[in-house]
Amino acid sequence: MPYAAGVDVGSTQTKAIVVDEAGGIVGRSLIDTGANVVRAAEQAFALAIGDAGLQDYEIGFVIGTGYGRYKVEFGDAQVTEIVCHARGAAAMFPDTQTVLDMGGQDTKAIRLKPGGDVIDFCMNDKCAAGTGRFLQSAAAALGLELEDLGPTALNGQRPVSISTTCTVFAESEVLSWLARGKRIEDILLGVHRSIGSRSFGLLRRVGIENEVTFSGGVTKNEAMVEVMAEMLDTTLNVSEESHFMGALGAALFALERLPHGEAGGRSELAAASESGPQVSAKHGGAS
Amino acid sequence: MSCTAGIDVGSTYTKATILDEAGEVLGKAMRPTGFKLEQAAQAAFDEALAATGQEREQVEYLATTGFGRHQVPFRDVQVTDLTAQAWGTKTFFPETRTVLDVGGQTMKAMRIDADGKVRSFRLNDKCAAGTGAFLEKTARYLGYRIEEIGPLVESSKEVVPISGVCAVFAESEVINHVSQGASPGDIMHGAMESLIEKSVRLMKRVQMEPEFTLVGGIMRFPTMVRVMREHLSEGVNVPAGELVQYTGAIGAAVLARRRLEKLQAA
Repeated sequence: MPYAAGVDVGSTQTKAIVVDEAGGIVGRSLIDTGANVVRAAEQAFALAIGDAGLQDYEIGFVIGTGYGRYKVEFGDAQVTEIVCHARGAAAMFPDTQTVLDMGGQDTKAIRLKPGGDVIDFCMNDKCAAGTGRFLQSAAAALGLELEDLGPTALNGQRPVSISTTCTVFAESEVLSWLARGKRIEDILLGVHRSIGSRSFGLLRRVGIENEVTFSGGVTKNEAMVEVMAEMLDTTLNVSEESHFMGALGAALFALERLPHGEAGGRSELAAASESGPQVSAKHGGAS
Repeated sequence: MSCTAGIDVGSTYTKATILDEAGEVLGKAMRPTGFKLEQAAQAAFDEALAATGQEREQVEYLATTGFGRHQVPFRDVQVTDLTAQAWGTKTFFPETRTVLDVGGQTMKAMRIDADGKVRSFRLNDKCAAGTGAFLEKTARYLGYRIEEIGPLVESSKEVVPISGVCAVFAESEVINHVSQGASPGDIMHGAMESLIEKSVRLMKRVQMEPEFTLVGGIMRFPTMVRVMREHLSEGVNVPAGELVQYTGAIGAAVLARRRLEKLQAA
């Protein structure tokens, strides 16, 4: 039985998904990207295969996505993360018309047709404000673990208003609120709202159509999900697998390109693969 | 002796100066601002006063400036950063027409006329990429302290280009360069170049004209001043030594004197 895989090399974490012939997830992995991007991709892939209880040769096609997609040296092709997130979101929530993806260093808003074709997208590419990085800075400033941020913020009652845009300045603003005697809960709720309103701005620029699907690592933060749900006048889909949306999209693209009834290893298949409009074929070696 | 004082509560450092009637600097002191602004202002003021050998009563008027100017309850008056910088630079270099002030968390460019009136100004207040924080972050990613930035850049032989769009994204850029074997000095030099490019762009937006006066904490790095001179080619002034960080506080003390004279005349 043929399988396909997607590896999403993000700025902060690398995700890999293995799907079966029917597109069902059979294996997954999530690790920190770190400095050695090539190794992170290899490791995530190996872990996902292990999770699925499979061997390397059983994976018929691998697609790399995310900012480090060209570092997936064993991959057969690369697809941009925008397209993969749209595809993954449409697979998980078929009525998705808008995707909000909040990752470690970037936030993207994507409009798509039912089925997953991308109509428009918008992202912050020049500034870390409004990304997961902003939460990391706040956590560092307050001496908290990233996973404690959400639960703490949910206990906020009177959120402070965070006035700085820049992630670097936000760190000092958080400390100055603390020095002025504000509760950590209220400061953090303010931080989440500030990120929420920047994301909302991105969403508005692509147009918000029901339903909205939330993807990326920040979906694991309950307070962020709640803040976004409050701001959006639509259904907000979040799942346990939201973190894997890009990798899932990549795996599903890989599945489509599995040549049926053909034998042989992945490398021969890669050589035979054609590049579609959104899929760029691999040009040997790391770029 | 009748004195006036100026306290510049900046984003990173708080500077205090005490001036005599003739405008001579009798005492000055600097403290990290931290988060207790009033205490930082008080400590800097006390230290500056102690250096003068004068009594508190002899400081007849006290003006505050900088982002924390409202948080100093013992002030007599507060003046904006721009006004204070305009007056401060004019005491050093009367022919100044354009001032560039690069501090820990701010970058300001302004054009002033012969009377020291601010004609036009631009701030970079939403983004750390154009401020000292950018250099500080870059140094930290490289594993160096702020005080080491100067010598580090001086050791550089060539410039590694750093895009400088975001102080946070600079981290990945720095890591990339390090892994490709670039020297920390060359990377730091690149970060400084990108800051200089931003400075010159901001100055162009206020229609800069000579003479130029460069002030603020970042100008204490000789490389910063040297490269700025190359970019601006003529008429570049920089207050000597530590004074480069005190122009705002001195301007505030000068304005305090003017206010005092006006009150006494009335």
